Amino acid sequence: MSGKTLEIRHLNTSFFTQKGEVGAAKDICLEVRPGQIVGIVGESGCGKSVTARSVMGLVKYPGRVVSGEILLNGTRITGISKKEACSLRGSEVSMIFQEPMTSLNPVIKVGRQVEEVLLIHKKITKKEAKKEAAKILEAVGISDVASRMECYPHQLSGGLRQRVMIAMAMICSPSLLIADEPTTALDVTVEAQILRLMKKLCEAGTSILLISHNLGVIAQVCDYVYVMYAGRIVEQGETFTLFDHPAHPYTRGLLGAAKSLRSDAGLLKTIPGVVPNLLHLPAGCSFSPRCDSCMDLCRSEMPDMLPAGEKGHLTRCWRS
Amino acid sequence: MFQSRAQKFARRYEKPNPDSRDRSEELKREIGEEETFFSLMRRMAHENKLAVFSAIVILLFILGAVFAPFLTRYSYHDMDLLNRLSAPSAEHLFGTDEAGRDIFTRLLYGSRVSLLTGVVPTILSMLGGAVLGVISGYHGGWADALIMRLADIMLAFPSMLLAMVIMYMLGGGLINVFLTLALVNWASVARIVRSEVLALKETEYVEAARVIGVPERTIMFRHLLPNCLPTMIVLFTLNVPSAILTESSLSFLGLGIQEPRSSWGLMVNAGRQFLYNAPWLSLVPSIAIMLIVLAFNFLGDGLRDVLDPYQKR
Repeated sequence: MSGKTLEIRHLNTSFFTQKGEVGAAKDICLEVRPGQIVGIVGESGCGKSVTARSVMGLVKYPGRVVSGEILLNGTRITGISKKEACSLRGSEVSMIFQEPMTSLNPVIKVGRQVEEVLLIHKKITKKEAKKEAAKILEAVGISDVASRMECYPHQLSGGLRQRVMIAMAMICSPSLLIADEPTTALDVTVEAQILRLMKKLCEAGTSILLISHNLGVIAQVCDYVYVMYAGRIVEQGETFTLFDHPAHPYTRGLLGAAKSLRSDAGLLKTIPGVVPNLLHLPAGCSFSPRCDSCMDLCRSEMPDMLPAGEKGHLTRCWRS
Repeated sequence: MFQSRAQKFARRYEKPNPDSRDRSEELKREIGEEETFFSLMRRMAHENKLAVFSAIVILLFILGAVFAPFLTRYSYHDMDLLNRLSAPSAEHLFGTDEAGRDIFTRLLYGSRVSLLTGVVPTILSMLGGAVLGVISGYHGGWADALIMRLADIMLAFPSMLLAMVIMYMLGGGLINVFLTLALVNWASVARIVRSEVLALKETEYVEAARVIGVPERTIMFRHLLPNCLPTMIVLFTLNVPSAILTESSLSFLGLGIQEPRSSWGLMVNAGRQFLYNAPWLSLVPSIAIMLIVLAFNFLGDGLRDVLDPYQKR
């Protein structure tokens, strides 16, 4: 084993639309070590979800992985057959979604849906599956499991449903769990409970790739953070380093926008401008049109990931 | 003491843990009461009297068909040539036909045919149509094109004409009527199920099912098909009466059930010649057809109102 749960090397995922190729994820290099919670932050449409879907092998048509490698526990999972991918999903790598309200099949009992994962991936009887399902549902903090397993999804609240989703994702104890904005649709109390649960899972040995646009969530649970902008990773570093010494102007902007919630300044701080159209990216650094410390070099050439201060802290900015 | 920004962020996010016992009480309340099949039916009975009445009518017809030999003294082919075309009386509840056969008896025996032809071919065509529709909608590509073009061909013919052609080739008889009706009706079912699946396969729970590695076949038949059920129940209650009508029409035209067996369509046709001097010959089976068709339609409406999980109040 290479000592990495997930390693993404120079991943490029594009959508082939009628107007041309849209690079939704460009040159993504990312790794998740065992027992780590790694965060990806960025605004809507910056390629977070596409990166996650690429790992699952579930990029929607007309998108596909163009180049690059994805290694799960040291084994290449890009370019494997549909059947192999199907057996990996759910057992080795699992995913939970943003919308717990619609991610459960409305006509199948909750317990049955959790059992199904086991029945697919393991050779066990229905009775054993039921037992296992009850155990895991209890572990994710659902009380009165027996009666709740007989419920249909519409009878459960959002928080409960997300717990069920997590239970489904965890029941085969995958080595990697991808959480695509798992708490966005939930209220904050439930959010805190879910995050605590995820931390617990991580301590139990599962690595988690957490996707969020919520800096608070990231700061609370992640060990390592990647910041994405317009399809590229623009900054990466350990959570505390990155939050305390943001090197990329975009990261600074994000943190500034969040901070102003508490400060006395009347207006919210925002990053001027809008996210560029991925079809027509500006030359050079894609953040240059919105950057307040933009130089001539920025407009002509895209920087590589450059070291910024502490070890492991990299940023895609000429000024670092 | 200097506090890092990350710590501040983290702390702002930490929310007090609500009392866990309160939470479990709250959750218990959220689950609410269990809805059994009987409680659903009771609700329908409460909300929709017409549906209940329809169910009773259908039940009566079914009982009549099952216990036909016990409900009448005559048999459906016993002729009483001295008593031809007699008007309704205590002796013959709905009168007799041109061969002196008791119309009430023939109506009971005819309802066996009508109910069977209503239900059996409809189930056949729904099964076939649903399977083909799900495959077509979920797979897309060549499977979709093949199945849908086939359905287009079926739908391009006037269904009555198609049924007549098939019946003509197969010959009369109950089994052939079943086959014909199933062949004629599967296409519209497949169309509707396909369109439903096209919408459903984009939903998150299908995605979630794929994420946990559920094989495609299971997704199609365990996850997608049951979600089409509300539509299919309505479709079923609409197709049953239309199948009854088609059978009646075929028999009326002499292509369905053959004499001396009895079928409502056949009876209407036989009575046609005597419409002016013995109108009950045609009238009685016509009213029976109308009653059963309306009853199925109203029952379908009522069922849809309570069974549709998306209309829960």
